[in-house]
Amino acid sequence: MSAAPLLALDAVSKRFVRRLDAAEKIVNLFGGNRREEVVHAVDNVSLQIAEGEVVGLVGESGCGKSTLGRVVAGVHAASSGRVLWRGRDIDSLSGAERREATLKIQMIFQDPMSSLNPRMRVRDIVGEAPRVHGLVSSGEVADYVDRMLLRVGLDPSYKSRYPHQFSGGQRQRIGIARALAVQPDFLVCDESIAALDVSIQAQVLNLFMDLREDLGLTYLFISHDLGVVEHLADRVVIMYLGRVVESAPAAELFADPNHPYARALLEEVPRIDTRKRVFQPVKGEIPSPLAPPTGCHFHPRCPHAMPRCREEAPALREIAPGRVSACHLNEA
Amino acid sequence: MASTETPAGGAAPVRPALDTPFRRFLSDFTDSRLAVLAAILLVTIIILAVFAPWLAPQNPYDLAVVSIFDARLPPGSQSMDGVTFWLGTDGAGRDLLSAIIYGLRISLSVGVASAIIALTVGMIVGLLAAYAGGRIEGLIMRIVDIQLSLPAVLIALILLAILGKGIDKIIIALVIAQWAYYARTVRASALVERRREYVEAAACLGLSHARIVFRHILPNCIAPLIVVGTVQTAHAIALEATLSFLGVGLPQTEPSLGLLISNGFEYMLSGKYWIAVFPGVALLITIVTINIVGDQLRDVLNPRLQK
Amino acid sequence: MTRETVLEVRDLRTHFFTKAGVARAVDGVSFSLARGEVLGLVGESGSGKTVTGFSLMGLVDPPGRLVSGSIRLGGEELAGLPEEGWRRLRGRRIAMIFQDPMMTLNPVLRIDTQMIEAIRAHAGVSREAARERAREALARVGIPSPDERLAAYPHQFSGGMRQRVAIAIALLNEPEVIVADEPTTALDVTIQAQILYEVQKLCADTGLAMIWITHDLAVVGGLADRVAVMYAGRIVEQGPVDAVLDAPFHPYTHGLIGSVPSQNRRGERLTQIPGMAPSLLSLPEGCSFAARCPRADAACTVMPELSELEAGRLARCHHPHRTLETARGGAA
Repeated sequence: MSAAPLLALDAVSKRFVRRLDAAEKIVNLFGGNRREEVVHAVDNVSLQIAEGEVVGLVGESGCGKSTLGRVVAGVHAASSGRVLWRGRDIDSLSGAERREATLKIQMIFQDPMSSLNPRMRVRDIVGEAPRVHGLVSSGEVADYVDRMLLRVGLDPSYKSRYPHQFSGGQRQRIGIARALAVQPDFLVCDESIAALDVSIQAQVLNLFMDLREDLGLTYLFISHDLGVVEHLADRVVIMYLGRVVESAPAAELFADPNHPYARALLEEVPRIDTRKRVFQPVKGEIPSPLAPPTGCHFHPRCPHAMPRCREEAPALREIAPGRVSACHLNEA
Repeated sequence: MASTETPAGGAAPVRPALDTPFRRFLSDFTDSRLAVLAAILLVTIIILAVFAPWLAPQNPYDLAVVSIFDARLPPGSQSMDGVTFWLGTDGAGRDLLSAIIYGLRISLSVGVASAIIALTVGMIVGLLAAYAGGRIEGLIMRIVDIQLSLPAVLIALILLAILGKGIDKIIIALVIAQWAYYARTVRASALVERRREYVEAAACLGLSHARIVFRHILPNCIAPLIVVGTVQTAHAIALEATLSFLGVGLPQTEPSLGLLISNGFEYMLSGKYWIAVFPGVALLITIVTINIVGDQLRDVLNPRLQK
Repeated sequence: MTRETVLEVRDLRTHFFTKAGVARAVDGVSFSLARGEVLGLVGESGSGKTVTGFSLMGLVDPPGRLVSGSIRLGGEELAGLPEEGWRRLRGRRIAMIFQDPMMTLNPVLRIDTQMIEAIRAHAGVSREAARERAREALARVGIPSPDERLAAYPHQFSGGMRQRVAIAIALLNEPEVIVADEPTTALDVTIQAQILYEVQKLCADTGLAMIWITHDLAVVGGLADRVAVMYAGRIVEQGPVDAVLDAPFHPYTHGLIGSVPSQNRRGERLTQIPGMAPSLLSLPEGCSFAARCPRADAACTVMPELSELEAGRLARCHHPHRTLETARGGAA
């Protein structure tokens, strides 16, 4: 494939710095030892997503998957690295081109309550952006909103209502309609079904699959739920403490995970077909992202850790076509 | 299109159509009988104040009507023209009931006007601080801190000493003494709202900063502002009364409640209690009702108590 | 199974008397629990599973009230006990673990203070003996170096560790029954596996009986002996985990299992339950699932009884089939 991927991340990092406040600076004047706290939420991540692909981004809390999603969606600016949309650095674009690229990438959020403005009616939530950006004329907005609501399976006659009058699943559909209203090519779904009931999760997942079919959407699907990712994704990227540890086609990864963390994660997902199993947990806790372990971040919990893992962070290496993993074991 | 077949979406929303934010608010507010009572009383007071010229028995500023011979009559006495002074008269022979109603008019308008102006100023400054962050926020919030650490009466006294008397002057003084409360309130709630996902969604949708601040964040900060606004209105009324009592507030010709109390105070020892006490009671009732309504508003509008 | 029954719940009804009407959150729930048994109580939000748990603890607050029914713990009737009676019981014979461990933990007290108090509230032992018991309890739930951890405050623990401490506190007085309300839902997969591992060991080693309230069928499959599925305040199906998950009788259970992505072929639409759960304030006449049920017909306008269809297997349905038509990769 020589065509540029739809979206590419080139060595993207995102750091959050908590600066010292005045009081702490004064403490330091008197010999205090207050330091700025830096969290490497996303640490040098490169990623390509082809048009029409569904990439699942998996990891536990603090792994930076949500932050990465927000960098992709343009909610956070990357601290370093580039985000390329159809081969062009979004930061280098200006004016209309930049707005175009921003609108083409939309995000579906986790919390169906806080992601909708409680003081706005559904028709304004969905219709505001297309109207402001002139995607539809103000005379057509009402019709356009109706079409969007139908598209996500909501009855347009309820568009004068407020978000709190809907159920969780319906609210999530409103959020999807809002994103679709600016005609995106790419959806970042950040734990978009995690807050919903099981039977409603299936409805929303089906909606995502229908939209992919009908509109040719590309997805970055962020989730801690491996079952969902396995079902939906073409490719899976696993993150641990800000770094990608493995990236592989979904079928291959679930059949034979390479990285020890990927293996642990897959083994520990409860599955409905495994009954009265004996849980064999990986030891230890997820370290604080404020002070990640040296070398390979996973080494304190890894059953195969060697002295080298403590000192040197393993690079991502191709272990099979289209498949990379960051583990020193692969070199032996 | 497969997705429209899902009956899920077509199903009715969880709550009925009539359940607008305002209706919910009304239903919650009427939970407390005391608050309803206070609200009714407050509306009555406001009506009295607004329509004072038509409701008051006498125009206390009209020197043709007021007679010095009627001065300091006890409650229930009659004037020489046969008019009954239900609450008595003051030192200048004004009907006290009318004087109180007109005084209420002045006290309320000073309180409400200063609250609205202070709210507007504080809201804009607070939103700016929350959204801009960094040095601008630091600077604004330090000014707010300094302002809040000084007693409001003291600030107002100093300002009035410089500005002189007059309704406009006292409103300016009250605004300067109180804007910081609003700024702090708005900043606090705007900081919370700013981090919510709907603001991130608005950024994703490419909406402008101004639109995000004023159309998305601001409407969600209004509730605590209203609460602080009511309480601060009561505060402003009390502050104005204090200043008038101290003689730096309003001119003698158009007495507010504070000035009426102050005028009546000299007669307290001679047993003519009503001249100071009735305006005092009126002031007390006004402030207490506003505060009760404010408290109930706070309970009803508190987002943490909402389901 | 002839294991001794510790908890026997008969026709439990807990209703909430709200401004908008009476919500029948729990409406005629019956089940029993044997020593060492784990009962999975499964349902979606609003199904009444949590209120059932709170009712068992005597923790239902106004406007909720236990309207009728019987809760027998080791032969003693708990329904109708005065608050004082509940207080003596709670934490001693029946204990609860919440989704948020901070419901149990006091943020301003050290762990040892809290644990020693919890012991001495029910047993007349010396501080030293109580401290020793607290230390043992922490060790039993897999907390490393319990001696040091005793002197810590709750905020010094991670989420998973806090949940372990909450479990340790629940275990302190060796209760007969523990009610666990979604205790691992907020935790990461690897941490959830650790807790499930400890819980599994505890029940097997000590004969502790447990009610595990969750929406996650996969966790139930891995942990529980028996499962009860709740819908709109009633148990709709009950039976041994294997039997229920492999071949459910009730169409709702069937739908729930079908909604789990791993039960479907990759990339295909999930079998979804249409619609959403009815409001507890306005439950329909007859079967409350009828409006969403593919098998519904005229008979369903009458509320079906919970009837025993096989030994140990009950379902509340006029049309119980024991099939999983579409699941398992479309075996039909």
